[in-house]
Amino acid sequence: MSVWVFIEGTDSGPGESALEVLSKAASHGETVAIYLGEASEQVLAELGRYGASAVYVLTGGGGLPAAAVSITLAGLIEQESPEAVLFAQTYASRDVAGRLAARINRPVISNAVDVAFESGYRVTSELFGGTKLVETSFTAQGPALVLVRPKSFAAEPRGGTVGRVEEHRLPEAGHAGSAQVLGSKVEQSEGPQLSSAKVIISGGRGLGGAEAYSLIEEVAEPLGAATGATRAIVDAGWVPYSKQVGQTGKTVKPEVYIACGVSGAMQHLVGMKDSKRIVAINKDPEAPIFSVADLGIVGDVHNVLPKLAEVLREH
Amino acid sequence: MRIVVCVKQIPDPATPGKLDSETNRLIRPAEQILDDTDRYGIEVGLNLAEQTDGTVCLLSMGPSGTMQGIRQALAMGADQAVMVDDPSLEDSDALTTARVLAAAARRQGFDLVVTGVESTDGYSGVVPQMIAEFLEVPALTFARRVEMDGADLRIERQTASGFDDVRSGTPAVLSVTAGAVEPRYPTFRGIMAAKNKPIETMTAADLGVAQTSGQRVVSVEPAPERQGGEVVEDDGTGHLRIVEFLESAKVI
Ligand SMILES: Cc1cc2nc3c(=O)[nH]c(=O)nc-3n(C[C@H](O)[C@H](O)[C@H](O)COP(=O)(O)OP(=O)(O)OC[C@H]3O[C@@H](n4cnc5c(N)ncnc54)[C@H](O)[C@@H]3O)c2cc1C
Repeated sequence: MSVWVFIEGTDSGPGESALEVLSKAASHGETVAIYLGEASEQVLAELGRYGASAVYVLTGGGGLPAAAVSITLAGLIEQESPEAVLFAQTYASRDVAGRLAARINRPVISNAVDVAFESGYRVTSELFGGTKLVETSFTAQGPALVLVRPKSFAAEPRGGTVGRVEEHRLPEAGHAGSAQVLGSKVEQSEGPQLSSAKVIISGGRGLGGAEAYSLIEEVAEPLGAATGATRAIVDAGWVPYSKQVGQTGKTVKPEVYIACGVSGAMQHLVGMKDSKRIVAINKDPEAPIFSVADLGIVGDVHNVLPKLAEVLREH
Repeated sequence: MRIVVCVKQIPDPATPGKLDSETNRLIRPAEQILDDTDRYGIEVGLNLAEQTDGTVCLLSMGPSGTMQGIRQALAMGADQAVMVDDPSLEDSDALTTARVLAAAARRQGFDLVVTGVESTDGYSGVVPQMIAEFLEVPALTFARRVEMDGADLRIERQTASGFDDVRSGTPAVLSVTAGAVEPRYPTFRGIMAAKNKPIETMTAADLGVAQTSGQRVVSVEPAPERQGGEVVEDDGTGHLRIVEFLESAKVI
């Protein structure tokens, strides 16, 4: 029996969070990567290096593909009975995992941060805003479906190669698959990325307005830092969603995370509390962010950040 | 358009949920509030109903309690509510929840089922997609902008790197992000009117569904807590403390 890892391909291949899950699955045994998208030689080599012994490439399927993907996966599961299907918890994977679970009538466990490959599986997930670790096991027959939070495992190349590649064309999914994608727009910022930067500096509502986000960028520049945000300022339209850190955004683990004008709501902490070191600037000495900060500055971001940028530029 | 908006009553997040230490079950207080993230779905539902001369029916599963949360949602302007309240559904997972909501939506009749992206208390984040699969309709997920395009829906669907421009006919399931709209505040008239709006209560048996449990909680532990460090007042040199800190962390 094997473990399957569903991966939605991007322009740059499988993506970091999928490789993390693939590495974890491969540490257990035979691993099949289910790859939605163009699987070039380069992509196949990368999947092999991170532990896939076989790759099922899902092709075709325009529009929103989750309905068609779940039909194909349900069929393959029926034939091959994998012990688990793991997903990196991204928006695209949530669509596939949810539809698939309903289709094959199996529960799915979300927000997983660890998986123990034993009978029934034991999945650890973070709940109650990350304050509790809940261990759950599967009791029904069929594959364990698990959505894994990014950064839960290290992506480790194992140096393998893919033995078997199968192509599976996605079927017509009828009305369920009929939504059309008329276009896609990229809002991702250039420069250091949240997933890999050593230093991240994030801004929250305490900045006071969209234009003040430039204070964050001016400190980020000399540091080579990636810039992040709370949901409050993403919802307010100050910065694009690709910058959001937290439960419904990105999970990050940099060497240093600098939170500026961020209150430290549970849903934000979930995404950054595993950073190696945390610095917070907030004018409210009672702000919850200080309870996780290694260094807290009680002060006004409009005073501290410009001076910080200036000193760093000269550094 | 007949619009069904899924909403949830949850314990006030300001007073964190307690678990029964024997059974690991969440103890739910009778006073529950409307999950704040549901306001966005309600607002979208009301907007679309206004544009299409349609109706909005709220749909909720869980213990009714004092119905305070549902009344809050009705006060925003929905026409009626359906509550599926059944002790046999207690501790339902996402799959059972979705099966129940799908069955109730089907019974009610719908062109569009609107949900939030995830609830504040459970946040499994897969219920909308499951409902769509049970109803065999498209799942228009993570919508950050919603409008009508003739008889179709047109949405901006949030993606990891930007957004997709998506068009879909109905029936469909639509999940909306918190950034999608600015939810209206209930007016005094709305609050008064909500007291007399019909709330229909039903059980799992009425819908012909039952809880399936395919998972079991083995243990619940407090997550390791991070210790806070030094907190200093900025006396004009706070930025230098940060520089020192970054030096000691060897990132500059
Ligand atoms: C289901 C759900 C999912 C969510 N997902 C996320 C998520 O992924 N990410 C996320 O971030 N949030 C998320 N949230 C929202 C979260 O609960 C908070 O509302 C949000 O994180 C608050 O953002 P903030 O810290 O910018 O704003 P606020 O909470 O308003 O905090 C602003 C802070 O700035 C400080 N301040 C004000 N002026 C100044 C100044 N001049 N100088 C210094 N400090 C100042 C204030 O003291 C305050 O602490 C989610 C919520 C829900 C319900």
